[in-house]
Amino acid sequence: MNDQVTISPTTLSLTLTINGESHALDIEPRVTLLDALRERLNLTGTKKGCDQGQCGACTVHVDGERVLACLTLAAQVEGRSITTIEGLAGEDGTLHAVQAAFLEQDAFQCGYCTPGQIMSAVACIREGHAGSDDEIREYMAGNLCRCGAYPHIVAAVRQAAKELSA
Amino acid sequence: MRDFSYLRADTIEAARNASALPGAMLLAGGTTLVDLAKCGVAEPSTVIDISHIDGLDAIDVTTERAMIGALAKMSHVADNAEVKSHFPAVSEALWQAASAQLRNMATIGGNLMQRTRCPYFRDPANFPACNKRSPGSGCSAIGGVTRGHAVLGTSEACIATYPGDLAIALVAFDAVVHLGERSLKVEDFFLAPGATAEREHDIRPGEVITAIEIPGSAAARRSTYIKVRDRQSYEFAAASAAVGLELEADGRTIRDIRVALGGVATKPWRARAVEDALKGKPLDEANIRKASELAVEGAVDHGANHYKIALAPRVVARAILKLGETA
Repeated sequence: MNDQVTISPTTLSLTLTINGESHALDIEPRVTLLDALRERLNLTGTKKGCDQGQCGACTVHVDGERVLACLTLAAQVEGRSITTIEGLAGEDGTLHAVQAAFLEQDAFQCGYCTPGQIMSAVACIREGHAGSDDEIREYMAGNLCRCGAYPHIVAAVRQAAKELSA
Repeated sequence: MRDFSYLRADTIEAARNASALPGAMLLAGGTTLVDLAKCGVAEPSTVIDISHIDGLDAIDVTTERAMIGALAKMSHVADNAEVKSHFPAVSEALWQAASAQLRNMATIGGNLMQRTRCPYFRDPANFPACNKRSPGSGCSAIGGVTRGHAVLGTSEACIATYPGDLAIALVAFDAVVHLGERSLKVEDFFLAPGATAEREHDIRPGEVITAIEIPGSAAARRSTYIKVRDRQSYEFAAASAAVGLELEADGRTIRDIRVALGGVATKPWRARAVEDALKGKPLDEANIRKASELAVEGAVDHGANHYKIALAPRVVARAILKLGETA
């Protein structure tokens, strides 16, 4: 174990593992994971809503757990495994059960919050927090939908949870 | 957000050494620090990332105590089966806080360092006066929009509400925060503003939170956290209460009771007057309602937050009555 720390230069050279692929980039320490994804790596499926941790549009997975990319520094997740909405479908394009359920249930209107909703729902089901409509509402509360598609979102999560447990 | 340099500390010792650097701030989950850096409230020159330190996220629960590592995630502690059975109020306070995403990021140590949500504190561009940010500059909240502000523990310098949930349960059950060489009761770790609103925690340069320890008790095992807010989920408390109850063998006389309040005070607020009024008394609704009024002894409102003085005792009474029903 090394008890010393080294001060970083103004630009950091990072390697991020995103959807199973390594990406090298040089960025300032203050750059968030959200800005690194969208502005540097052209992974624009992850959306910027409030950019201050209040809306859930930027939800991605780090080591399999849902987090907010807008409050995560890119530098902090070097060495972690990051999954974005682009990494959810199968290699042959087969949609994830949650993506298919959102289509079937018409669980969106404008679609801006949808990538965040879907990433959150995948984790919600995996955590075991999709056991009832009340539980789905509580554990999906971090994803706001300004169109108000909530009843259909709950239906989609319920449907996908059932399919994934079958 | 102003730029800063980034350090990754791999050990507690490295984190302690680095935290003594001028302008250095520790980064764990980032849910407070990155947010406040974006608001222009936090302007670290160096950010020390402690989230990769190994072995600091353990959750160890026995009947005597819970020992929770500083880097344990809020979500993991909330879902821990032994925390749920020995300290239900702690689990309930955690899962009712923030959102699932934020709970996966935020750590237990970082949670204690969470800053107030006072909108004046969070908006330096429009409200330069804030004694928390710039000592001596004044308080923009006093005379402003105060619906969310505190009614207990305020001063002429600051009326900002302590926003957290977990610490309310910790204070109710006499939890201790470990800082390396020093250990403090969580109740003493938080400071009321007085004339020094900028000091919110009794923590010194070079100190790092390593763990939180909660003593086990019958009252902690029979406990709950009730949170009343403007929307049902993903919202800060308008008023909340962590309550624990132990009855005598007769099943109706109160042997031990713990009461702490959130959403209404400048720090996690232990309501000992309520506890003292109920110890040794029968568990009946009239006693409980009368004693719960003592929760807001000494409260001072600033207009729009007056409702909290009526609300807090009702939240306390509801929590005690709920525990009484689970006999």
